[in-house]
Amino acid sequence: MMFSTETSCWFIRKVICWRATASIAWSVLLLPPTTAVFVILSRFSLFHPFQTISECLSLLMSASSVFSLILLGGVIIMAGFLTLEYYTVIPTIACSKIALLGQLLHPRQFINSLAHCLMGIIVGWCCAITIGCRYEMLGYPCKNSDGYPQMCVNEYHLIILLAGAFVGFSHSLLGVIHNINYISFQTVQQYKYFRFKGSLPLVVMCSATQAFYSIKNYVVLYFFLGYIPRAWICKTLNLHLDSSIHPLDSIAGLLDLSLLYHLWISATFLLFTWYITLLLFRIFVTEVYTFPVQSSFTEDSHQCLPKVITEKQPMILKFLALQDLALLSQHSPSRRSEVFSLSQPGGHPHNWNAISKECLALLADLTQRLVAYHETVATNGRAKTLSNGSERKISSETSSTEDMMSPRPTFLMKTPTSVFARSVGRSSQSPLTIPFTPDLDSPFASPALRRLAAAPEQGSPWHGSVQSPHVMRKAPKLWSTSTADSLFNGSPEPTPASVPSPKKEATKPSFLVQFLQNRKEQLPEASSQALFADSQAHIWALEGLSYLVQASFTEDQFGVVQTTLPSILSSMLLLQEAVDRHFKLPHASSKPVRSTSTMGDSTYKTLRFALRATLKTALYRITTTFGDHLKAVEMSAEHRKRLQQFLEYKE
Amino acid sequence: MCSLALFPPLTSGQTTLCESNNELLSGSTNTEDPLKQDLIPLSLNFPRESLKLHSRTESSSKAAFLDHSETLWMRSAAAWRDGGLSGLLNEITTSHAEVPKWLSVTSGCILALLRWASSFHGSLFPHVTLSSEDMIAEFSQVLNWPDCVVRAFAWHPHTDKFAVALLDDSIKIYNPKSAITPTLKHRLQKNIAAVQWKPLCASALAVACQNCLLVWHVDPCSLSTRPSSGCAQVLSRPGHSPITSIAWSPSGSLLLSASPMDTAMMVWDVAAESCVPLQRVGGGGVTFLSWSPDGSHVLASTPSALFRVWETRMWTCERWPCIKGRCQSGCWSPDGSRLLFTVQGEMVIYALTFTGTPGLPTSSIKGPQAAVVVADLSETTFKTPDGDIIVGGEIQSVSWDPRGERLAVLLKGDPQAANRPAVIAVFKTRASPIFELLPSGFVQGEPGTEPRLMQFHPNFRHGALLTVCWSSGRITHVPFYFLSSSLPHVGLSGSPPLPHPQERHADFSSQLFTELIS
Repeated sequence: MMFSTETSCWFIRKVICWRATASIAWSVLLLPPTTAVFVILSRFSLFHPFQTISECLSLLMSASSVFSLILLGGVIIMAGFLTLEYYTVIPTIACSKIALLGQLLHPRQFINSLAHCLMGIIVGWCCAITIGCRYEMLGYPCKNSDGYPQMCVNEYHLIILLAGAFVGFSHSLLGVIHNINYISFQTVQQYKYFRFKGSLPLVVMCSATQAFYSIKNYVVLYFFLGYIPRAWICKTLNLHLDSSIHPLDSIAGLLDLSLLYHLWISATFLLFTWYITLLLFRIFVTEVYTFPVQSSFTEDSHQCLPKVITEKQPMILKFLALQDLALLSQHSPSRRSEVFSLSQPGGHPHNWNAISKECLALLADLTQRLVAYHETVATNGRAKTLSNGSERKISSETSSTEDMMSPRPTFLMKTPTSVFARSVGRSSQSPLTIPFTPDLDSPFASPALRRLAAAPEQGSPWHGSVQSPHVMRKAPKLWSTSTADSLFNGSPEPTPASVPSPKKEATKPSFLVQFLQNRKEQLPEASSQALFADSQAHIWALEGLSYLVQASFTEDQFGVVQTTLPSILSSMLLLQEAVDRHFKLPHASSKPVRSTSTMGDSTYKTLRFALRATLKTALYRITTTFGDHLKAVEMSAEHRKRLQQFLEYKE
Repeated sequence: MCSLALFPPLTSGQTTLCESNNELLSGSTNTEDPLKQDLIPLSLNFPRESLKLHSRTESSSKAAFLDHSETLWMRSAAAWRDGGLSGLLNEITTSHAEVPKWLSVTSGCILALLRWASSFHGSLFPHVTLSSEDMIAEFSQVLNWPDCVVRAFAWHPHTDKFAVALLDDSIKIYNPKSAITPTLKHRLQKNIAAVQWKPLCASALAVACQNCLLVWHVDPCSLSTRPSSGCAQVLSRPGHSPITSIAWSPSGSLLLSASPMDTAMMVWDVAAESCVPLQRVGGGGVTFLSWSPDGSHVLASTPSALFRVWETRMWTCERWPCIKGRCQSGCWSPDGSRLLFTVQGEMVIYALTFTGTPGLPTSSIKGPQAAVVVADLSETTFKTPDGDIIVGGEIQSVSWDPRGERLAVLLKGDPQAANRPAVIAVFKTRASPIFELLPSGFVQGEPGTEPRLMQFHPNFRHGALLTVCWSSGRITHVPFYFLSSSLPHVGLSGSPPLPHPQERHADFSSQLFTELIS
């Protein structure tokens, strides 16, 4: 354990931190041109184009704009740090609406939102300074009705500051919903400059549309509630309202096209700078890192691929190692030969053994997870519900949000990058063989899953217990009629527990409980997504294994791969079987709706399809390479039959 | 350098049957011979009359309805939906009676500006002014695509099944091992430019259509003859149509698509339905794609006199400006080290050699410095009993067999002149000691038919098998029997069994590709 934290420190310190720093530095460098474009767009006047440009140039040289540039640079650095702090390679998928609510209300998320609010205010202030004219100052001298001079509040300045805060806040909330902290890896390797260039139009479009919707909501909100912050500011800063001009929270005040345009362009500028920071961070962090396969120095051995790939701790390290494995197996004969090589004294294929063992463990883990999930869900694709589920007290509000995301990959809870559990080397729950909610006392955990996590007691037929009225009501709507039948026919093995007690029937769940129960219900597709949330690792493991096996046909001099070939084939076929069964569930094969104009990466929604395709291709890659030689491989009759299907191209 | 003058003379009125003992054998065409029909189960015929074509386009149904005046809002919404921004502007400008004057004047100005910009764009890249169908016809590998009954053809890379795309926008899948021929039809499957099967997969077939890319999943065990459109994935991206060329990576993981209207070529992750655009300045579109069999390079030609060779590890590219015209067609040697390509307006075949082991970092792969001319296909006159026949000229497409021993070249000919038919010239290729092309012969069809499209079978065991789609709607297979020099010869004596048609007939009578020699 000590050793592993040391290694992770090595990687985080030496690679991730530098990459993050480089990305932040680039986004700060990109700030002056972005600001210049913003200045030109915000002050542009159609009738005096040359005058505008000269004005803009002089403005950009002024001290105030230099000061606001420094401030903006600070904001960018802050945003970069937040991205580094909150990024994750395994998305946190809320399986029910209430779990999503829990995510939004989590203290960690609250801090994030608050920080974004503050940063939004700062950017708003910079925008107000830059646009100038009526937006520039918060207070201005005016005369009250009696003619006495006093300081009045400048509502235009205020509205821009608040817009910044609102956009920042909504950006942070939408970030949770769209999983903006999730970092996906590209299927195609490109140099950083080309990736950046290719994504730039998307960033511009996303920030413009996102700013439009945010400002729309903000204007509506300001119309109804704008007087509250205005009164507060007036009170705290001892400013007055100018009675001679219209207040802005009226229809006439808000229907000012130039004001709306300035709000929108400011929000676009704000979101653009943040999105650029995020984009650069993503590009830098997911860049391929080449680990050495073996090292001649023992002190470097912990940095070698076979060692690194088995690490659990920084998830990003494991992912980069697997990515490197997939690439080396595909493209690099010299590094492949190192994988197939034997250790110098002893002649053991340590490299291959370590790599294949880890890949097979990953595949076995996924298979087990799928089988366990398949056992818990009813044929309708929803989690089976227990009778006492609806009667649980919804009392303890302070529950760990860990369990809200159920079902979850086994090492999701161990990742420091998951939104809520960030502490390197923190002692996590014992690695569960069952990938579901570990915290059984939580009110959010689905009862069926809770039962699964508890030891399977064969004596108590849980499916025989009485169904909640909620489920009874739902029964006719189910996809499969057989489940409905079994609900009403009762249990096949009647036990005392299964006899519905009239008292239980009498206690109808209260409206609130039922409402919460409804919200708590698993979203079927989300649970399927959550099951495959970390499948990028499995995809690389499959690719790496299959390419290595393919290459071993000609390149493996000592026959080290041959010894593992039966277990590779059998674990792939087992996984294939489990995946096929999973896709028979009604929700699993439904395609998610593509959201185009968000910066949130929706790759995780389709990972299960990618895994299915990769698995099939990997099996075909092996069968096509080895052909009839596979008949000499030992395996069970069932697997042989399945493999024959692949050999005949009938899958 | 090889030229057409070295070729054996054309035989008039005879159909090429196969290559045996190093020479192309031809026989008299007697299609009514029932015995022969039985022996070639996969020689298909699609007479033009048998296809039900769309007699009307959908837009013409407008004329059947009465004109109904809608409100300006409804019309604007419809114009936006149908014609986008320019449609909307056009609608506002034309209905100047109903809109405020400033609005109609402004939209008129913007419209004029847009038209001016697009005409400027069109003068730079003339192909953007073409309609979708003309564009596919212009850039397709198929000769005379609009008039072709068989518009696209694809062998499965591992099995003996193939897909045929027909003029009526349907695709049929033939498998010699099953009696079922599934017919694929989809609402969006229009004007098919290319089809290709996914490697390392039994079922996935990518189809390049006018507006989108379809990926069908045809279960080989299914008994259905009409797979529902739910079996097809629709991949589309605004601005990326019509698609004229597609290419699967040999490892089966990625799919490339190209459109002459889009300067970016798309790299699709089909399962995830996501795509990465790869864009470089210049060219004005991408017309033809060819992935090298070892997966290391991709040829991407553009509508202007420029083509690119992409390296697939980090997706960087080399620019290759041509002198005369655009790169029309190209093909890779099996080891991916050599690229043959042809240029529009020139009558030669060029070769590019890529040295360096694939897989090393890109910096160590030394690209070639210049292309070498390896064959001259300028016009040559052959004397036949029916008169002089001129063969040669521009090249429509080139195709290399998977073992790298035979190269088929489809010559365009001249449809106006009767004595200048389109023919397929076949070369033998030799890689050592120097790379060279040797003449083999011409592949001819029945009299009066022209070859339109050709493809080699990806794994024919006895040599190479060239599948040709003819203008009559017939699909024939021409086997080239030879022993590959690269493969080790099986047999103790060391002397390979001589390819003798009669013997083979006895041996492989249950096989597909037997031809009876009269």
